[in-house]
Amino acid sequence: MSTAISLLLLLAVLGFAVVRPRGLPEAVGAVPAAVLTVLAGLVPWRDALHELGDLGPTVAFLAAVLLLAYLADRSGVFRFAGAAAARWSKGSPRRLLGLVFVIAASVTAALSLDATVVLLTPVVFTTASALAIRPKPHVYACNHLANSASLLLPVSNLTNLLAMSAAGLSFLGFAGLMALPWLAVIAVEYVILRRFFADDLATPPHRPPVEAVPAPRFALAVLGVTLAGFALASPLGVHPAWVALAGALVLAVRLRVGVPTLLRKANPGFCVFVLALGVVVLGVSRGGFGALVDRVAPHHADLLGLLAMAFLAALLANVLNNLPATLMLLPFTAHSPGLVLAVLLGANIGPNLTYVGSLATLLWRQILHKSGHPPVTGEFLRLGALTVPACLIVGVASLWVSLRVSGV
Amino acid sequence: MWVAEGTWAACVDAVRPLPGDVTLLHVVDVATAAALSGPVGLLGRSGPTDQGEYLLARAETELLDAAAARLGRDAAREVRRGRPEREVVAACANVDLLVLARDGDRSRLGPRSLGHHTRFVVDHAPCQIFLVWPESTPGLGTLLPPPHHDQIR
Repeated sequence: MSTAISLLLLLAVLGFAVVRPRGLPEAVGAVPAAVLTVLAGLVPWRDALHELGDLGPTVAFLAAVLLLAYLADRSGVFRFAGAAAARWSKGSPRRLLGLVFVIAASVTAALSLDATVVLLTPVVFTTASALAIRPKPHVYACNHLANSASLLLPVSNLTNLLAMSAAGLSFLGFAGLMALPWLAVIAVEYVILRRFFADDLATPPHRPPVEAVPAPRFALAVLGVTLAGFALASPLGVHPAWVALAGALVLAVRLRVGVPTLLRKANPGFCVFVLALGVVVLGVSRGGFGALVDRVAPHHADLLGLLAMAFLAALLANVLNNLPATLMLLPFTAHSPGLVLAVLLGANIGPNLTYVGSLATLLWRQILHKSGHPPVTGEFLRLGALTVPACLIVGVASLWVSLRVSGV
Repeated sequence: MWVAEGTWAACVDAVRPLPGDVTLLHVVDVATAAALSGPVGLLGRSGPTDQGEYLLARAETELLDAAAARLGRDAAREVRRGRPEREVVAACANVDLLVLARDGDRSRLGPRSLGHHTRFVVDHAPCQIFLVWPESTPGLGTLLPPPHHDQIR
């Protein structure tokens, strides 16, 4: 019974977040659900408070990184990247695809997948269109890399931030183990996209005059120092959230952005939602469903265990959503950094399969006929079916090599 | 005339000397629209939903403006949205001639030198087709020698 209640609450929270009736923030659905989880006795209030305390710094870090990405955009970093890609591509669709891969992978790694989806993708579309290049392969590259290139750094994806604190990995330790899988997965995406979109990439190059955009040196320097700061902060015992906040404040002062705007762009509603979601998911993983997951989940970080864990995480990410999937699997894997990273491979790459993020999202959309969104196309699903299994297998194999070499 | 990104200029040049009324056709691919405004951010977060539509509409207008300017005479415009190959075929219901350009792998001339969408349109369009090369036409040198058994006969 309690299992059913906790699962219903989770589905209601996810449904509300997808549908957002009357544009209400996600938290409006999640907070009451979290309160109900505690009132129904699914999670003792002490444990709920403990969970909130654990998630707090992670969520603050997320808010600071979202802010950093917004301010980088205001400083013209993405416009500059688009103009540079246009110039170096010399009008060739294939060269532009290579450049988009480099830019999207870097932006995703450094400024989170959100920055790639919300800020970079429109710039890439405009750049391709201005060069009379068919924009489809390049937009798809952004879309896919936002997920699959979010493996490198803890800041790249909220799932990584959650995992870093769960597994007790340092910032550099995380990046060191994930560098090889990150590169391998990007290479797989590149090979598949090049072949999949061969027709659209075969148009002859045109070289219309490209307007030169001056490099936003100050903003790029601040971003560079902030990234270096992430790596240095952990050994010094400073939470990287402070570094991200410092970087954002420097840019905000330079751009003279007001405090109300900063508060709004840090997405406080979404941050509260993540905290509440943490409590609701705790209710699910303490119940029968969690026991089932525990029975199914592998417990050893050998090659087979890693592979099974990555596919399990990808499956859960597609059924529920990658955030609840990660929150649910982390407690069962916290004893082994290898398994935690395998969860991330699955949870980060997996969502490319269903384009809307997860089956839950898709179903809610279909049920409520939410308009304003283009339909899921067969092409997208086919591309996901090609890339996701390949990326998972190659990613897990290179993670296994990383773990063996580093001796974790 | 099918105005497609990357190859439209050759089509305009081919149409210019032809008599008759010209219609410039552009199709917004739903797959691009989906990828542009697909919610894949944190838990399905994405940019403002109308931003993708705005970008698509602006790019379409700029493309058709450029094509009309290169053509240099009055031309009607038709914009559609859907699967490009099917929309183009449907748009040809009442036209005499469709002008379109090759896309695909033109480094090895053979079946693959027509892209999937172009191939579909060439097979199914209910009108005559004028298929142009997006760059210069291939020389006779690209012709492979005939198969061995033909040479003996």
